Amino acid sequence: MRRFNLANLLTEAVRGHEGWGRQWRSPEPKKSYDVVVVGGGGHGLGTAHYLAEVHGITNVAVLEKGWIGGGNTGRNTTIIRSNYLYDESAHLYEHAVKLWEGLSRDLNYNVMYSQRGVMMLAHNVHDVQVFKRHVYANRLNGVDNEWLTPEQAQAYCPPLSIDPRARYPVLGAALQRRGGTARHDAVAWGYARAADARGVDIIQNCEVTGFRRDPATGAVTGVETTRGFIGATRVGVAAAGHTSVIMERAGVRMPLQSFPLQALVSEPVKPVFPCVVMSNAVHAYISQSDKGELVIGAGTDQYASYSQQGGLQITTHTLDAICEIFPRFSRMRMLRNWGGIVDVTPDRSPIIGKTPVPGLYVNCGWGTGGFKATPGSAHVFAHTLATGEPHPINAPFTLDRFRTGRLIDEAAAAAVAH
Amino acid sequence: MSAQAYRLPQGGRIDRTRPLAIRFDGETYEGYAGDTVASTLLANGVHLMGRSFKYHRPRGLLSVGTDEPNALLSVDRGPGRVDPNNRAGAVEAVDGLVTGSQNRWPSLGFDIGAVNDLLSPVLVAGFYYKTFMWPRSFWDKVYEPIIRAAAGLGVAPEGPDPDRYAHRHAHCDVLIVGAGPAGLAAALAAAGSGKRVMLADEQAEPGGALLHDPRATIDGLPAQDWVAQTLAALDGHENVVILPRTTAFGYYNHNHVALVERVSDHLPLDQARDLPRERLWQVRAGEVVLATGSHERPLVFADNDRPGIMLAEGLRVLVNRYGVAPGRQVAIATVGSSAYTAAADLAAAGIRVTIVDVRLAGDCAADVAFAAQHGIEVLAGHTVVGSKGRLRVSGLVVAPLRADGSVGARRTLPCDCVGMSGRWTPAVHLFSQSRGKLAFDAERDAFLPGTHAQAERSAGACAGDYDLAACLDAGFAAGAAAAGVSEARTFQASPTRTGFQPMRVLPTDADPGRVRAFVDFQNDVTAKDLKLAVREGFHAIEHVKRYTTTGMATDQGKTSNMNALGYVAGLLDKELPTVGTTTFRPPYTPVSFGALVGPSKGALFDPVRRTPIDPWAEAHGAVFEPVSLWRRAWYFPKAGEDMHAAVARECAAVRDGVGIFDASTLGKIEVVGPDAAEFLNRMYVNGWSKLAPGKCRYGLMLKEDGFILDDGVVARLAEDRFHVTTTTGGAPRVLALMEDYLQTEWPDLDVFLTSVTEQWAVIALQGPRARDVLAPFVSDIDLGNEALPHMSVREGFVCGVPARLMRVSFTGELGYEVNVPADYGRAVWEALWEAGRELGITPYGTETMHVLRAEKGFIIVGQETDGTVTPDDVGLGGMVSKVKPDFVGKRSLARPDLVAGGRKQLVGLETEDPHERLDEGAQIVLDPSAPVPVPMLGHVTSSYFSPACGRTIALALVADGHARMGETIHVTTMAGFARATIRDTVFVDAEGVRVHARDS
Amino acid sequence: MLLITCPHCGPRPELEFRWGGEAHVARPADPSALDDRAWSEFLFVRNNPKGLFAERWNHAHGCQRWFNALRDTHSDKFVATYPAGAPRPDIAAEDAR
Repeated sequence: MRRFNLANLLTEAVRGHEGWGRQWRSPEPKKSYDVVVVGGGGHGLGTAHYLAEVHGITNVAVLEKGWIGGGNTGRNTTIIRSNYLYDESAHLYEHAVKLWEGLSRDLNYNVMYSQRGVMMLAHNVHDVQVFKRHVYANRLNGVDNEWLTPEQAQAYCPPLSIDPRARYPVLGAALQRRGGTARHDAVAWGYARAADARGVDIIQNCEVTGFRRDPATGAVTGVETTRGFIGATRVGVAAAGHTSVIMERAGVRMPLQSFPLQALVSEPVKPVFPCVVMSNAVHAYISQSDKGELVIGAGTDQYASYSQQGGLQITTHTLDAICEIFPRFSRMRMLRNWGGIVDVTPDRSPIIGKTPVPGLYVNCGWGTGGFKATPGSAHVFAHTLATGEPHPINAPFTLDRFRTGRLIDEAAAAAVAH
Repeated sequence: MSAQAYRLPQGGRIDRTRPLAIRFDGETYEGYAGDTVASTLLANGVHLMGRSFKYHRPRGLLSVGTDEPNALLSVDRGPGRVDPNNRAGAVEAVDGLVTGSQNRWPSLGFDIGAVNDLLSPVLVAGFYYKTFMWPRSFWDKVYEPIIRAAAGLGVAPEGPDPDRYAHRHAHCDVLIVGAGPAGLAAALAAAGSGKRVMLADEQAEPGGALLHDPRATIDGLPAQDWVAQTLAALDGHENVVILPRTTAFGYYNHNHVALVERVSDHLPLDQARDLPRERLWQVRAGEVVLATGSHERPLVFADNDRPGIMLAEGLRVLVNRYGVAPGRQVAIATVGSSAYTAAADLAAAGIRVTIVDVRLAGDCAADVAFAAQHGIEVLAGHTVVGSKGRLRVSGLVVAPLRADGSVGARRTLPCDCVGMSGRWTPAVHLFSQSRGKLAFDAERDAFLPGTHAQAERSAGACAGDYDLAACLDAGFAAGAAAAGVSEARTFQASPTRTGFQPMRVLPTDADPGRVRAFVDFQNDVTAKDLKLAVREGFHAIEHVKRYTTTGMATDQGKTSNMNALGYVAGLLDKELPTVGTTTFRPPYTPVSFGALVGPSKGALFDPVRRTPIDPWAEAHGAVFEPVSLWRRAWYFPKAGEDMHAAVARECAAVRDGVGIFDASTLGKIEVVGPDAAEFLNRMYVNGWSKLAPGKCRYGLMLKEDGFILDDGVVARLAEDRFHVTTTTGGAPRVLALMEDYLQTEWPDLDVFLTSVTEQWAVIALQGPRARDVLAPFVSDIDLGNEALPHMSVREGFVCGVPARLMRVSFTGELGYEVNVPADYGRAVWEALWEAGRELGITPYGTETMHVLRAEKGFIIVGQETDGTVTPDDVGLGGMVSKVKPDFVGKRSLARPDLVAGGRKQLVGLETEDPHERLDEGAQIVLDPSAPVPVPMLGHVTSSYFSPACGRTIALALVADGHARMGETIHVTTMAGFARATIRDTVFVDAEGVRVHARDS
Repeated sequence: MLLITCPHCGPRPELEFRWGGEAHVARPADPSALDDRAWSEFLFVRNNPKGLFAERWNHAHGCQRWFNALRDTHSDKFVATYPAGAPRPDIAAEDAR
């Protein structure tokens, strides 16, 4: 693998970039692998990378039914943060942020992790209580998060209106400076290139159509695919919105529902928005990409669907909120509006670990927030696949928690009531 | 240069009697009504209109339409009305309009950023993934800011938008998108049916391509006369609505189509103010006819991006529609026949034209003969290998193609304008958005509508019909079928020059690794970049697109996608459709946020709910806080008081005298029917069968998962009638949950639920003197302690108004809640307040309410609870019925984790420093010096200064809190930690005697 | 935005409706008889098919009645809507296309 660095880039510039090779191969599937990962998004590719890098397991295939990074990895608004309330979540997402901080160099691929800061706006007394609870809990967990006055919030994000007469005035904000954004496609490509270099087979246009199981033990022995049977005694499913569909083929019903989640970008403009701003009260989040587009997202459509196309009313409502907080953007124009399919668990926290089928592991339920966790999720899932047991960080994120009631309900903790 | 030196002496649809002037980069240019900004500039010989995104290459107009990638301008219509990235060919010229170029410094002609052009060998596709990784901190601080400053196009608007945007929802039987020949024919067919027909077109006037076609005829009429006649005919049908300047941009589920109408940007600047700027139409159509036309493809050759190099059909539009000569000497490069019509039109306008046809002479003989009739020289069998010029094209470098495919000797055709014609791409965007499946048509080298997903038909060029008569016939047939009429009609029309030879990148003798032949103009993606992407393993077209950014510019690939796709397919030696097509996403062209937001801003964005007493509170100086959608009086400061002082005064008034509080926002549900008590038994944790009419009980409701959902006092008015109250924010949630269970789980129960939140105003009188204030206004209810004890209800009259009078208390004091019909709320409030003044009655707000209830240890759902809290956790486990076999949430309370030890339980806290007020949300630890991560026991849910206690008090959820009474813990503060002691939750009147007011 | 045919009111825009998850998941008559796993299945596990799905809708800003629908979650096409309590129509996914 030819290293990516300035010297090589300049060398290639002189000779018309003829020397760059493929970033990953396009191999024919082998008859069997030590581990098969189902799903070639950031989580699946990252899992393969860490299996090879950390655990030395390189006889690994990543099976992707379309093209890698084509699902939610390539459709999300790329926000990264770890300012979660509960210990379990904070440790998981903070694990991810720490890996993000070194990811470009780890992969030798610039994923453009930009620590521009993620600011969450408090619009009422209840928001203030909730966000301060986050700030305090985060600090004790070693996660950076600080409380800002409205004036400090505006200083950090000049387009923000802090007019106290606004419908939703800004009473303060929680800022995680280490949060930010990254280049989503590069995450998939960077993991693919690094995993491939260690011998992982990345097989695109290969859909898993079924599972083969040992009749005696019920354990997984391999997967049926559109490109034939592929043997493996350890299979990890990281199929995001399509997890229920895949797992049903293994006879496992999951506590998941899949919803369309929309996002949009504006036409590109010169730098105007320096950070990421989120507002739970008005349901919107916004940042500006390196290309200059305002990147805007909101909540899911209300009904389960695999259609990747939501309703216009979700988009208009999101923009209502954005223009209410940032009135100057009213004359900006929406350039592209798209949808992805997100899999949501009852407590809106992920499931990472074992399933009732021996040898079959699942990493799913990331809902609207999976991108930010990519390296952390992949890292602990690789550990789980390699050792057969969860890493301490993903140990609480079991399928069994829905039986015991030991839920990790971040959204409930932020619930607006009274 | 003299004014409008390039204006043709006659022709065009401009109004030469109405001159106007616009400004561009500080210079004034004259034009006429009917011009666009682009046609005005070109009439004045201005071709240089912009700079490209990455290399800052000088660029001019490529297209005259909304597919324009290059000529994007900032447009200024007055203060606050400035916005970037407007397509020069789509902005109608208005007298006084101020426009400017973008993405250049210091000037359009001399742009420092053009240094990037020199670095282009380094700045290839995806270069940024390969570098900028060392040292780590430099990405945020050095590299990224430089990249960002260089990227972007125009400058974002700076102030709030003074314009107004309208929304319209409409239904129709037939929606026709596009008013070119196919769309007009469809409208003609549908109009007679009497069905509701809408015809929308993005241009200023209907007619589409016919507006720039002086030689076509339809049924014996010149095409433009036919357009006028057709519009007149349609105008006579009341069932037909024609919407010009209206772009259908989104095709959603179940024939929901979104369109945006540009209402006033084309009007003189002073006339536009009274009208909305744009109007969003959301149309639910029975049937949709798509007649959206097609886009011309550029040709890919070295330096095909110089100002003056445009699409050939665009030249025709300039000449015929705007009366503008795009140049004096024009070279037209083509792989197909349609460009010959453009050449003939230019020649007819007196412009010297040379055609360079890549097809061999034998393959374009008929076209060559046609050109000869118009005195046009044709270089058949020639390729284009480059262009000359810097800020404007000055020559086209061509070379003959030899029989063996090699390229012969170069020669330069001097010219000041070039037309390119790379064949047509049907505009299948809306079809694709409707989830129809596209099918590749090899003959047309294009994707066409294949399998339909909705009630939709495509007709005309967007379905691959390029011949005029075929467009008209197909349009009519589609319109008739959509309207359900059986009428058939065929049109006689002049023939259209069609046919082409597919050509991905024009043959060249140059080293392909050295030349730059642009595929995506705005994003500076060259054929070389695409080749690099393929070399690096990016083979899916979506990968190529994302790696090179081709097709991701503001035209979203309208001019570039097919060229990119074809070229990549060629490199991979695959059939084009196997490489894939990129998905078309809304919007078809960019849509302003303002149009999408419409009236939903300011007071109409989440309208504020106000109680009947709100105006009184405002008049009496209340400070308000938002609580769910309501605004509530927070506190009533007197002159010079801050919040702390006001709340202390209000609290003291309630504890010592009487306070008056507006509780109207409480949710209220009337539960009526023979099974009402049984229904409540199943909804609440506690029992209702034994509650006697005339009595009240505090109820607690769970979700099925066992966690607290809501609470409130329920009054039994009669055997079969309950007045249920909920939290302010919880009312819709609770009603919805009740309706759900009632309708779907227990439809056998005979119960009716009615939301009465807004029917009743609720006035709380609280304090030892409450009865004294109330008594004079009540004649038919005995207020005596025996007759109306705590937690009872009576119906009667207060101030002569029918009332539900409850003796309840959320303060721990003697208290009443007077429910009166909302329209009387303010009058009753004022009467009570007036009468109470001599007793020192004090209005109080939500903050005082919170302090008083916290002193008593009463919880607020959503503050002490957060969706993970059980009744036992907040000390209300005793309320949970042990005898009821089932209620919502009961089974979940027995789940392992809900009965496990270590759960967080509600306790009281007293800080060591009695004046230290803890932050709500602060975390509680045993050992503040523990290493990170520090184990946390819980958090502070409520914290106030308590006037009654003369110190601060707090409530908190603490792990095993009930077993920790008297323990000292540490609570986080912004500066560090505060020490506090755990105690019980009742800070005032622990025995609970005051509420019974026995001594009065 | 979906166009939903309320069995009581006719076709109305989605804005008037609230989605209610999978249909035909009856609350157990005696929850206390269920073990923790069975109860958690009732609480949390739902079918999530890519294809025909029986789901609940409430005409919240209309008649306020709950009803059921069969919808293809891939195309979002409604195949049928029917009152709460009525059995699921016997329509195969192929017929729905």
